[in-house]
Amino acid sequence: MSELKLMKGNEALAEAAIRAGADAYFGYPITPQSEVIEYLMAEKPHERTGMVVLQAESEIAAINMVYGAAGAGKKVMTSSSSPGISLKQEGISYIAGAELPCLYANVVRGGPGLGTIQPSQADYFQSTKGGGHGDYRQIVLAPASVQEMADFVKDGFELAFKYRIPVLILSDGVIGQMMEKVELFDPIPRLTDAEIYEKYPWATTGKKSGTERRIITSLDLDSHKMEEHNHKLQAKYKEITEKEVRYELIDCDDAEYIIVAYGSSARIAQKAVRLARAKGIKVGLFRLITLFPFPSVKMHEMCGKGIKGFLAVEMSSGQMVEDVRLAVNGCSKVAHFGRYGGIVHTPEEVLEALEQKIIGG
Amino acid sequence: MADITLDQIIKPENLVYTKTKLMTDKVLSYCPGCGHGTAHRITMEVIEELGLEEQTIGIAPVGCSVLAYEFMNIDMQQAAHGRAPAVATGIKRVWPDKIVFSYQGDGDLAAIGTNETIHACNRGENIVIIFINNGIYGMTGGQMAPTTLIGMKSSTSPFGRDAQRMGNPLKITELVAQLPGTYFVTRQAVHTPANVRKTKRAIKKAFENQRDGKPGVSFVEIVSNCNSGWKMTPRDANTWMEENMFPFYPLGDIKVDGKLV
Repeated sequence: MSELKLMKGNEALAEAAIRAGADAYFGYPITPQSEVIEYLMAEKPHERTGMVVLQAESEIAAINMVYGAAGAGKKVMTSSSSPGISLKQEGISYIAGAELPCLYANVVRGGPGLGTIQPSQADYFQSTKGGGHGDYRQIVLAPASVQEMADFVKDGFELAFKYRIPVLILSDGVIGQMMEKVELFDPIPRLTDAEIYEKYPWATTGKKSGTERRIITSLDLDSHKMEEHNHKLQAKYKEITEKEVRYELIDCDDAEYIIVAYGSSARIAQKAVRLARAKGIKVGLFRLITLFPFPSVKMHEMCGKGIKGFLAVEMSSGQMVEDVRLAVNGCSKVAHFGRYGGIVHTPEEVLEALEQKIIGG
Repeated sequence: MADITLDQIIKPENLVYTKTKLMTDKVLSYCPGCGHGTAHRITMEVIEELGLEEQTIGIAPVGCSVLAYEFMNIDMQQAAHGRAPAVATGIKRVWPDKIVFSYQGDGDLAAIGTNETIHACNRGENIVIIFINNGIYGMTGGQMAPTTLIGMKSSTSPFGRDAQRMGNPLKITELVAQLPGTYFVTRQAVHTPANVRKTKRAIKKAFENQRDGKPGVSFVEIVSNCNSGWKMTPRDANTWMEENMFPFYPLGDIKVDGKLV
């Protein structure tokens, strides 16, 4: 039954995995997302739903366990934080190449390197432009609340299986660690073996007599075939770009200026919008929900309707702003503001940046 | 004259030797003289003889046997370099009733994948690992492997492996045998008919262990040749293997039914 609870974002993500009917979670602890595996271990999902939870020896092993289980038709996920996500990139690239469905979460911390354990949004490029080797994309969902940490697990699995693609929940230390009320969705039963055989004929579950064997691979030594495979992947990404864009427009109807933000930055920007409105500045918030696909069409359409400037607010030195610039394509002013390296900007700082870089600039 | 088909020449009553239906008709990509083909074949024969083909999932590595999935006529996954034991773990944990095995070379299993190998073995995953040790990286053109012998030449140890500068060959099979999570650990070879028969028995035992739910990994090392990488004729390579590889990597069971021999 749906239930109202006060939870940390990381706990909501873990609880949602059980409720979404996940078959397995493979992970490795790292701050600030260790609560995910801790919660799962404490909840004994093997007793609740039969879900497997395994602490792997490394992030590399964890993502490869995901590869194996996903290739065998199961609903599986992993999670980590920035340095651990870097380690997973090899596996993500293989998952993208072999077209397997999986869900993973990055509770981003400041970098580069070991960086800091404080929140950051500096993994935007890695998340939206590939991350691992090769020409691939993944669907990226950016939760801005504990509620969305839970809901996006369900949505993420649906998208992963719909397109046979890795789906990333790109969170950050703020959303992962903060507590909010969350309405947990009703549990979805795990698929039975028979349902998996029927729904996922591509999965390696053992070759039945009289049927073709199934092969999960990302390799083809014939480069013409590999180019064909890449065409197929690109066609899929195009379809996703056309059909799966998600965003939220707040106070944008009469806006002259737009703040573009996602995740915890969007929550801070929303407060900045209120502060600006109190001063009579007509500003709205364009909150990105999918980072890939990026809502370029909508953003471009808005700038054609008299928006005087876009301020990209993100906890990085300027990554998402590049996609805003590409979308706006010169038809309006674009500037960036963000604190980084683990520092979270304040609404006042965002307002000041709006006034200086967009309105006064 | 009408074309003569194979069926007209090969009569069922004359057949004394056929390949298992679990090997495809694809021509093997291995060099003539290489042990991989035999190791593939006896692995597939065992799966067929035990009647496990409908529930078996194999994992191919990176290396010469990366295309094992083209030759083994069962459901297969191709894993990233060294990650096969993790991939196998993922499958076995969500499908505990399936039979899961990895087939890996020495670079894959004992260098880049050492972590995955040790931890899958230490957790006691109920899987079979078939490990082909030919002391060299074959696929990439004969570079030094973790199992390359001291003094042995390769393209990255052109004057022979020097322990001081390049480290020592790794006896990973003895190492995993020490772990409580391995149930059966053996080292075999496939260069003579007698060895092929012994190795097939060992592989059969490994799959039976998994089928019967015996706790832990069944690990079968096959010391093999790489005549191309070693720059020898197949015959010389086998002789060299007997004279040099076997003294360092002695054949025989190391752990049986969870107990060190």
